[in-house]
This record gives sequence, structure tokens and C-alpha cells, in this order.
Amino acid sequence: MPKDHGIGASPKRREDIRFLTGNGNYTDDMNIAGQAYIHFLRSDVAHGTINGIDTAAAAAMPGVVKIFTSVDFEGVGGVPCGWEITDRQGNAMQEPKHPILAEGKVRYVGEMIAAVIAETADLARDAAEAIDLDITDLPAVVNMRAALVDGSPKVHDDLTSNLCYDWGFVEENRDAVDAAIKGAAHVTTLELVNNRLIANPMEPRVCIGDYDRSSGDSTLFTTSQNPHVVRLLMGAFVLGIPEHKLRVVSPDVGGGFGTKIFHYAEEAFSTFAAKVCNRAVKWTSSRSEAFMSDAHGRDHVTKIELALDGDNNFVAVRTDTHANMGAYLSTFAPAVPTWLHGTLMAGNYKTPLIYVNVKAVFTNTVPVDAYRGAGRPEATFQLERVIDKAAIELGVDPIALRRQNFVTEFPYATPVAVEYDTGDYNATMDKLEQMADFAGFEARRAESEKNGKLRGLGVNTYIEACGIAPSNLVGQLGARAGLYESATVRVNATGGLVVMTGSHSHGQGHETSFPQVIAEMIGIDESMIEIVHGDTAKVPMGMGTYGSRSLAVGGSAMVRATEKIINKAKKIAAHLMEASDADIELKDGTFSVAGTDKSVAWGDVTLAAYVPHNYPLEDIEPGLEETAFYDPANFTYPAGAYACEVEVDKETGQVTIERMMAADDFGNIVNPMIVDGQVHGGLAQGIGQALLEGCIYDDDGQLLSASFMDYAMPRADDLPNFEVDHSCQTPCTHNPLGVKGCGEAGAIGSPPSVVNAVVNALRSGGADVTHVDMPLSPSRVWEAMQS
Amino acid sequence: MYEFEFETPATVADAVAALQGDEAQALGGGQTLLPTMKQRLASPSRLVSLSGIAEMSGVSADAGTVSIGGATTHGAVAAGAGAYPALADLAGHIGDPAVRNRGTIGGSLANNDPSADYPAAALASGATIVTNAREIAADDFFDGMFGTALNEGEIITRVNFPVPEAANYQKFLQPASRFALVGVFVARTSDGVRVAVTGASETGVHRWSEAEAALSANFSASALEGLAVDADGMISDLHGSGAYRAHLVAVLTKRAVMAAG
Ligand SMILES: Cc1cc2nc3c(=O)[nH]c(=O)nc-3n(C[C@H](O)[C@H](O)[C@H](O)COP(=O)(O)OP(=O)(O)OC[C@H]3O[C@@H](n4cnc5c(N)ncnc54)[C@H](O)[C@@H]3O)c2cc1C
Repeated sequence: MPKDHGIGASPKRREDIRFLTGNGNYTDDMNIAGQAYIHFLRSDVAHGTINGIDTAAAAAMPGVVKIFTSVDFEGVGGVPCGWEITDRQGNAMQEPKHPILAEGKVRYVGEMIAAVIAETADLARDAAEAIDLDITDLPAVVNMRAALVDGSPKVHDDLTSNLCYDWGFVEENRDAVDAAIKGAAHVTTLELVNNRLIANPMEPRVCIGDYDRSSGDSTLFTTSQNPHVVRLLMGAFVLGIPEHKLRVVSPDVGGGFGTKIFHYAEEAFSTFAAKVCNRAVKWTSSRSEAFMSDAHGRDHVTKIELALDGDNNFVAVRTDTHANMGAYLSTFAPAVPTWLHGTLMAGNYKTPLIYVNVKAVFTNTVPVDAYRGAGRPEATFQLERVIDKAAIELGVDPIALRRQNFVTEFPYATPVAVEYDTGDYNATMDKLEQMADFAGFEARRAESEKNGKLRGLGVNTYIEACGIAPSNLVGQLGARAGLYESATVRVNATGGLVVMTGSHSHGQGHETSFPQVIAEMIGIDESMIEIVHGDTAKVPMGMGTYGSRSLAVGGSAMVRATEKIINKAKKIAAHLMEASDADIELKDGTFSVAGTDKSVAWGDVTLAAYVPHNYPLEDIEPGLEETAFYDPANFTYPAGAYACEVEVDKETGQVTIERMMAADDFGNIVNPMIVDGQVHGGLAQGIGQALLEGCIYDDDGQLLSASFMDYAMPRADDLPNFEVDHSCQTPCTHNPLGVKGCGEAGAIGSPPSVVNAVVNALRSGGADVTHVDMPLSPSRVWEAMQS
Repeated sequence: MYEFEFETPATVADAVAALQGDEAQALGGGQTLLPTMKQRLASPSRLVSLSGIAEMSGVSADAGTVSIGGATTHGAVAAGAGAYPALADLAGHIGDPAVRNRGTIGGSLANNDPSADYPAAALASGATIVTNAREIAADDFFDGMFGTALNEGEIITRVNFPVPEAANYQKFLQPASRFALVGVFVARTSDGVRVAVTGASETGVHRWSEAEAALSANFSASALEGLAVDADGMISDLHGSGAYRAHLVAVLTKRAVMAAG
């Protein structure tokens, strides 16, 4: 019988009741008495000099409270970047100022130039249209390679070039890798693009700034995955407000996918403007604004070389990547193509020599930052594509080639600075082979052929580093913050618990899964446990949700705090039963004295903690509340094997996904249903990247895919029924739950198998194709077939 | 959106009267016009809603003609035009259910989006577009991308489709919008075969005369062998080149003929 409770059970998500009945409390649902509305005037040119901004006519429009331009922000800091990369020469990256409102120049379509505060959103917009802008267009640079050519337009005049950094990893390995590639029996080379994406969470960004005249406190309500970090960055670096005078609240958030991790200029603006105007101010992004102001994702152009010896053992990997930063550095942008990408270039394989070179480039486009998977999908895609290409060139079975090179002994220290604690890549591949019925593929291919379709099969593995991250390690790597998590567990007198966690839930189901852990530990019902998150006034500290870190890091902090609670409760129970602490056992919510029939219920102990009539006051304090901070000892390393079967219409190039299978190892699992859902969502986004989504700029820096008319999001009927399995479990060795994280796996693991499958299909039709760039739209696939 | 007046006439005559004046505009289902207004790309000072005009709504069929009121929704056509299955099927695949419950045939034809579906059906069927003032043959109605023969303030009150002996519409979806990247409507009547192409050309919906001649002589896929469309003048954008669209025209025409039987 499956468990109906505690770890391993699949209770329905309690938060879904409010989400599905329209009772969620999103930022846009909140309104503060007296609030005014913000409209941002955004640049419609990609690059230009601001000669003048005449706001006189606009300021005289009905309902206008105030109009802001950059002059109002003199003395205010720019939006900070949270990570500093050191380049191959040992120099710090080039870091331009990122002003709240454009100063002197505009650098991408969508950059904020001015902001109108008015009594209604429409009046604010009317007035914004009356602002007279005098901008001289400058030539824009969009293409990364062009941006690095001498004489290219410069995005930032005060930087030496458009190169943010030239990073080598591991620089000391460079010569050895070059030599190994030169001397290798076989080298496979592949050039590819990891397409730029726009996350498009269902809920656009919203912020409300508020200022309390009596206390002098500022409050920001914002759609963030990361409210404490917003408070830290905005308070310390932008506005100069100490944390005790600044509260950041992220209530229900309708999806983030990375793009809501970062601290945005709109947030600092709203907080600042509320104080200046002495009233609450609210901004709700339109969908059109979201396309041109939410941080974009991916956008790498890569050349990868895989060297093999005469026995097809991988001997070296060398990569050369250009990574687009956009016009400014978003919060985590520099870390994505480096530490979240270079460290994963070993994949699941024991390649002894690896060298990764990344050139991060400024262009006149929206800033680019982490998007579901962040760096790890880019690493996985190039590695798993080049392995498939090598298998084609060598005429060997792509699965056998992978198995031959799998890491099989753990812990395994890669040549790219991380140590995999545990894993079993053959086990997930075995599971995949069972699920996928590879033996029946040729029969299915013949069936497709009868209908005029080419059928292809693609397989890949992936590994990711998540449960982000050991603070001491990331500190050495340039992070300007720590990456621990905190939790406070408060037990109330009548036995109920509230957990204040720094992990933020914006669709992941923490309100359901976190209580399952505590319910298991104490032996009480989940309904007695409430999760509080997303408010810096309630939760001691938090580093937010991304990098599949909530359960692995935030959950671990919660476990540690709960352990402290249990220890203290045992002492109280021991006193109540006049026994020794060491003899107290807790099971099913009851404390008993080992070897006796003496027992006392959970609720009796919690009541005693708050009504300490009979209480060991001289030994322990009353009350039952504990806080723990958890800083992981290592990343966690979820891994898996994925397979995809596609049909390609020979006449039109249309690809349909017939089967999509994922065998993942997430370590221990708290709620299998939620894990299924996370994998499904990840697969949908991975398939979206592979087949549909493409953010396209023209040469002048105009965003062509600026709405859902041109930016193709995956719809339900683009996707097959997913077959997912997570029964292969090698528990994480260093966190108390043995969990690894599952939020990004689907998006990391699926694009290569889709592309591998399409290439396989096209080759079966006789086309000499070894690669097609994503998204594999019908027209691209058709063009590939013509070659 | 800017402020506007809103009129809800009950008769065509009242609607025509309400549309006099400079910046008045007819409102069908609003599926094209309202998003444009929200983006502030259109700013009519008065909207005249056609959805309350009883004489402009509904589908009827007799004597080989399906007649559709100009304010009839795509959903109502999908459900009610069973006498012309290819047309009902086309209507049932426009947009999503919300769009089909609001959007109208009159609005679609008046808008003449180069990727819209109905223009192909009207042109291939040799439909007659009836307005408050006159009757216009489909061949004379469409005029390039977004252009039509309609005069300012003229309302499409009805569209009459002669029901062909055989017909089929093949729509190849643009992956993002799911409008037609290319759509081909083939209709065979006793007078011959008409082939109308949407989505492909920079001049909007048009007929493919070589295919019509070949199919009028021999209504089978094999009659199309060797026929190709010139990529010149075809739309080229991020969803496909002109060459790809030209290729699709030929593929979809063949498929439409095979499906029409
Ligand atoms: C999400 C989405 C998906 C869509 N997908 C498709 C698709 O796949 N295929 C497709 O063909 N279309 C599609 N459309 C467009 C849809 O079919 C619209 O309904 C249609 O183009 C316009 O019809 P309407 O009744 O909504 O017109 P409105 O938006 O109300 O008006 C459009 C224009 O026509 C004028 N007008 C309206 N009615 C009349 C009339 N009776 N006489 C004269 N002028 C009139 C208006 O003044 C306006 O200029 C889609 C729309 C959306 C929003």
C-alpha cells in the first residue's frame, strides 16, 4: 500500500485549492489605500543618445502625481550584479553601471527612460505618451561575434569593449587539453546555438512600493522568487535603506522559471518613488512589457570538440562559447555561463581533460540571466549532441558509447572542480531501456514510414549540480552572497506548527511537501503544520528558490530546526514523566519512556512549554521555537537518462513528439506526485525550447518575437503523454533528507534527446544531416532535409 | 485603450447611421479590434457593436447555398454549416474556443488578415459578400494585405457560399499564433475547380490559377505533379522563408485534393 501520509506519500497539493478557485493572493490582487499607478516609458530604439526629455506637457496632464527621469536618481546606486567573474588574466569582469532609469543613453528596446505616477494606470499611460523624447539613434549591436570585432558599436562607452569577460576553466588544463585533442585518434566537432528564450511565467511581474510616514519604514510587494535577496541588494546597494527599515513581501507568485529571481530596476523604482510621493505606487507589467523587460534566458553560441582514443574512450573536451549578457548585467548573469555551465561539462562521463572558454558579451538586447536549468541545459545540450555526432561518425551505438564512458565510481572528482557524491548512471539507463522498448523501434519506424513519416529515436543522459550551494565554495567563485537557507519552526501551545522558510514557493508545492517531512519526523498529521514564506518580516533570512534548492537546502534547514524542537520537547517530556532525557522516544506523536508504558502526547508537551507550571525552568527556557541555518557541504547531483521518439513529416518538416521518456535519479523523494509534476513541467519547457521557442532580434535590435503571435509557447497538444520514472534512487550523501532536487531536470535533460531524435529521423530518410539548430520549426527541419 | 462611445444598434439601418462620423468603427467579435485598441494602435471614438443585430446572425442553407449572417461567430458556423462541411471544419479550427465564441465571419473578412482562414474559403467558393449597400463577388472583394473593397462605414451583413461538389481546406499552423502559415482551400464545382491560398503571399489571399486549370481538367493529386509556385513575392519571416511557403502551397493543395476526394 502506498503511504497516505509523511515522506513518500502523494497527498494532493493543498495550495491548489486556492489557486484553482481563484482565491490566490497575487501581488496584483493587493491594493493599498491611496495607491497611485506607475507607467514606465520604455525605449523603442535599441541604442541611442538621449538629448533631452521634456516632461512639461505630460506633467500638466490630468491625474499626474509626478514624473521621474534619471535626474531624480542622482546619488542612488545602480542595480547591482550578484556575482563577479575573474577572467583568464586574473582581472575582474567589466561591470557597467545599470541605472534605474536610463542615463544619457538607451541600450535596449524596453529600457526604462522615464516613469509617470498618476491617479490611474490609464492616466499614467496617457501622460507618458505626452513626454517629448529627443533621442538620436546610434547603430546597435545584436550579434555577439560582431560585437567583439574592432570598430563595433560599443554598448557602454566607458568600458574598453563589449567583452564582459573571457573566462577559461580550468585555465591550467588548457595546454594539456589542446595536446590531447591534437593527438587524439578521433575528434568530433560541433557548432551550435543554444537559443535565446523568454520565460513568460503566467503572472507578469508586479510591484507595489509603500512608505509608512510614521515609522519611516519602506515596504515592497513584488513578484519575486527571492524576497530576502531583493531586500539585501536593493537596501544595501541601491537605495541605502537598512534591512530593519525595509520589508519585502512576495505573496503568491504565478510562476518564475528563473526570471523572477533577480532584483529589477522596477522594484527599486517603486520603493524609492513611494517615499518621494509619500503614497503607495503600483506597477503591473503588461504582457508586451514582459517580453522586453523580463530577463531572457540561454543565448549561447558554442563550438565543442570531443576527442576520443582508438577504443572510443573520451579523452578530452574543449568548448568555446559566446554568452550573451544583453545590455546590462542582471543579478546572476555572469555566473550562468561560467559556474553553472563550465562545472557541468564532464556530464556523466569520466573524461579526464576538459577546458571551457566562455566569452560573455554585451549587446543591445534585454539582459540575459538564469532560466530553468541555467547553464546546465547549455552544458548538457552541447555535450549530448556532440556525443551523438561522434557516434554517427564512428558508426557506433550512441547508448553503448555513453555507457562505456560513464562515471561508475563515487565519489568522483571531475576535472571541472566539482565532486559527484553519488549516482548510478547505468541504472537510469537500464530503466530507460525498459521503459522505451528500443527493440520495438524498428517496427514503429516501419509503421511511420507507411504514413509518409520519418521516425527518429534520440537518447541522452544529463547531470546537474543543484541544491545550490556551499557558501564557502561559491564565495571563492565570485558570488557576492552566501547560499545557505534558514528555517524557523514555531510550535504553538496547542501543538500546531508554523514553519517560516526562506524558500519561496511559486508553483512548486512547498506548502504540501514541506509539512510531509515534519509530519514524518514527529508523527503528526500534515494538517497541523503551516508553511509561511515570502515575507522578510516573518522569515529570518532566505536565499530564495532556484537551482532546485528548496527541499535540498531549505528543507534541510527545516529538518535541523525540527530536530532542535524534538530535542527540547524530549527534555520537557522527560521532566513530565520523571525520566531521563536519553530514554525518551518519539513515535506517532507520542513521547514514551523506553521499556515502560509511560507516555505523554505531543500536545501535552507543547502545552507545558507555554504553560510551564510543571516545568524544568532551571534547565530550559519555556516556549518551543527554533531556528536553523543550513549551508550545504556540496551541490547535489541529480542525473538521468531521457529518450524521445519523433515523427517528421517528409513533405513539411513538421515534427511531432510521439514519446518522451525520463528516467531520473533524484535521490529520496518526499512527494512522488509533485516530482512527477515538476518533471512534466520541465519536459514541457525543454520541448518548448527544442521545437518552438525562439527569441529573435533583427539587426537593429528590434525584438521580432515580441508577443505570443510570434513567440511560440508549448501548448498541451504540442506534447505527448510523458512517461516518467524516478525509482532509481541514490540518496544524496550530505543532506539530512538524502534529496537531490527535481525542479530543473526536465528542462535540462530533454532538448538534446529531441534534437538527437530529429537528426536520427532525417538521417533515416537519407539526408546527410548532423545538426539542426533549435527551435526545430517545420521550416528549419524542411530546410535541413533539402541539404 | 482610449475612451470611446459604445453603441448597440438592433438593426442594420441603425448601425449604418451610427457609423456615420469620422472615427466610428464597427465592432464584430472584437478579437482583432480590441487587442489593437488595448495596444493603443487604434483609437476609434465610437464603437458600433454588430452583435445585437438579429438579421446579421445565424446560418441557413437552401438550394445549394449556405448563407451566413455577417455577425455570426466562428463557433456558430462550425456548429451550423453542416451543409458545407469544409467550411464548418475551417470555422471550427480558427483560434481557440474563446476566439470562436466571439469572433465573426464579417470581422474576419473585413479585416482580411493575410493569414486568416475565411478569406481562402470565400475566394475558393466564389462566395458573395453582401453589405448594407451592395453585393460583392469574392473575386472583387480582397485587395492585398488587410485591404478590401469595403467603403468607410460599410457593413458586411451576410456572406453567401455556393456549396461545391467537393471541397477541403488544409491549414498549416504558424507555430506561435496558430493562424495559417499557409492555408489552401480547394473547391470543385460544376464550373471547374478553384484554389485559394492564404498566409503565403505578400499580396494576401489569392487564387492559384495553374493548379485550378490542371485540376479542372483532372481532379486528382497527380494532375498537380510538376506544378510549382514561384517563391518570389511570398512572405518571408521568422516562421519560414518564401521558398518554404511556396513549397507548402503545393503540398497543401495536393493534400486538399486528396482529402476532398
Ligand atoms: C488568439 C486568437 C487566435 C486567432 N486565430 C485565428 C485563426 O486561426 N484564423 C483566423 O482566421 N483568425 C484568427 N483570429 C482572428 C479572429 O478570427 C477574429 O475574430 C477575426 O479576424 C475578426 O473578427 P471579429 O469579429 O473579432 O472582428 P473585430 O475584431 O470586431 O473587427 C475586426 C475589423 O473588422 C471590422 N468589422 C467587424 N465586423 C464587421 C462587419 N460585419 N462588417 C464590416 N466590418 C466589420 C471592424 O471594424 C474591425 O476593423 C484569432 C484571433 C485571436 C485573438
